[in-house]
Amino acid sequence: MELIFEGKGENLCKTTPMDAREFAKKKSRAMIDKRMPLQEAVKKFVLDGEYLAIGGFGHIRIPMATIYEIVRQRKKNLTVAGHTAVQDIDVLMAGRCVSGVEIAYVVGFELRGLSGVQRRQFESGEVKMTDYTNGSMSFRLRAGVQGIPFIPVNVILGTDTMRNGPGKVVKCPFTGKKVLLLPSLNPDILIMHAHRADKYGNCQIDGHIVKDDLQARASKKIIVTCEELVDTEVIRSKPQQTVVPFFMVDAVIEQKWGSHPGNMPYKYYFDNKFTEDYLTAGREEDLTVIDKWLDEWVYNLDDFNQYLNKLGETRLKKLVDLEFLRGGK
Amino acid sequence: MVEYTVGELMCVVAARQLEDNKSVAVGTGLPMAAAMLAQQTHAHNLLIAFEAGGVAPQLPTLPISVGDSRTIHRALMATTLVDIMDIISRGYVDYAFLGGAQIDKFGNLNSTMIGTDHSKPTVRFPGSGGANDFASLAWETMIIMDRHSSRRFVKKVDFITSPGYLDGPGSREEWGLFPGTGPSRVITDLCLFDFHPKTKIMRLIKTHPGVTVDDIKKSTGFEFEIAEKVGTNPPPTKEDLRIIHEIIDPNGIIFPKK
Repeated sequence: MELIFEGKGENLCKTTPMDAREFAKKKSRAMIDKRMPLQEAVKKFVLDGEYLAIGGFGHIRIPMATIYEIVRQRKKNLTVAGHTAVQDIDVLMAGRCVSGVEIAYVVGFELRGLSGVQRRQFESGEVKMTDYTNGSMSFRLRAGVQGIPFIPVNVILGTDTMRNGPGKVVKCPFTGKKVLLLPSLNPDILIMHAHRADKYGNCQIDGHIVKDDLQARASKKIIVTCEELVDTEVIRSKPQQTVVPFFMVDAVIEQKWGSHPGNMPYKYYFDNKFTEDYLTAGREEDLTVIDKWLDEWVYNLDDFNQYLNKLGETRLKKLVDLEFLRGGK
Repeated sequence: MVEYTVGELMCVVAARQLEDNKSVAVGTGLPMAAAMLAQQTHAHNLLIAFEAGGVAPQLPTLPISVGDSRTIHRALMATTLVDIMDIISRGYVDYAFLGGAQIDKFGNLNSTMIGTDHSKPTVRFPGSGGANDFASLAWETMIIMDRHSSRRFVKKVDFITSPGYLDGPGSREEWGLFPGTGPSRVITDLCLFDFHPKTKIMRLIKTHPGVTVDDIKKSTGFEFEIAEKVGTNPPPTKEDLRIIHEIIDPNGIIFPKK
């Protein structure tokens, strides 16, 4: 194939489809009870320097309980797949857990404005980044799942996103048309939050799946938190709703409100005030302000249940009303 | 006379560009409000799709995020991000609706950075998100740019995040992008552009009420085409404003309440 153009960006994912496949070979296919405390799961499965993928979409169905635990355990040098990297990656960066991000969308919190934490760490070069797009990140995962080292795509072509990325433009050997080749993506570890799961790790999601299905299939290890731990019979009664099957999963933790302050479709809406307070703290040039926020909401708490207690029931219940549009829009 | 803000006018002008029985892929903010307004006024059959996986929701109110619960509210399908991209790839999406920090005469959009060194940007913006995918794959790209000025409408953008016509006629096809695609409208706080069918350069077709062609020239950092007859965008109607404030954005998230 004729190589027409090479981008100058770096592929930050070092795990290959072959590595992921070899890893899968060693995993048990038995129905094993995988419940364990979140602390133990993070300690065992999220290792310094690994490539992390996060379920949901920026503010939606994000595994915040696990993210706080990663920060609490002061994990270091994670490279993160950031389709739309918003509150999830922001908190990891505030906790100095991240050294690189492959991103489609960073720095912004959509309508809520820009993030001080991310701007400081990206603009200073403290955290490396490679620009992709939401579509191309998923296409790369699709290649990782298929076990192929790259995937031809027809987005990004001709732009500076191409020039600064790791992609290579070649002529299609069949048609002669230009296509962009992007490296496949196989994360070391996926953390995700589902509506329900059984103790073996069969996970079901209500609403849009976003990319959790692809990420689960591409990743070597998976930690699942869920709103509700259910009997396997519940899973068996609606198997078409199972997004991730048990044999891919390494740890299961029931964690109600596990996406707070994110939005869990059909359960609870955003805690906007919480996110805005966090953003405001992060925008302060004085870094002790965000560190104090982390002390208050992460480091000084033993676990996510203490965080929920601190939030209080009234506040959480309001988010349920908001989700179901009760009490006006 | 109906009083309105420039934001409301932009929303209305943008909505009017969307035809009935077509489909649009949108993000947050003004583009989403415009798509909702179009659906509530002249384009009842406008199909709205969100990159996080929501297809044809009955939006109860403006979503804050492109994936939030509102984007799947009473939707016909809740799917995956890659499925939405595939749907656009397959040619089912007519309009992509985007914004950016800078734009050039060929409609190339920068939403990534200000500066010259990508590894050390002077100012870092969010980047593509799904914008490059949308602009590469959808049939038409519609662009909303507020604060129309020569700092935003520039000869050369600092970074091409999402493709317009790239270097000009034929350039998209030359790079392997789908034929027959590209930007079709730019809605600003001063005027409405389309793109000249031959030169692929932005072309002024309508000004907003009270804005002159000269005003627009002074606020634009490149030479643009001018249609033979430049019209004026009709202002929002009372009904438009009612829908915007009562249905689309009752909480004043993007259109502050008076």
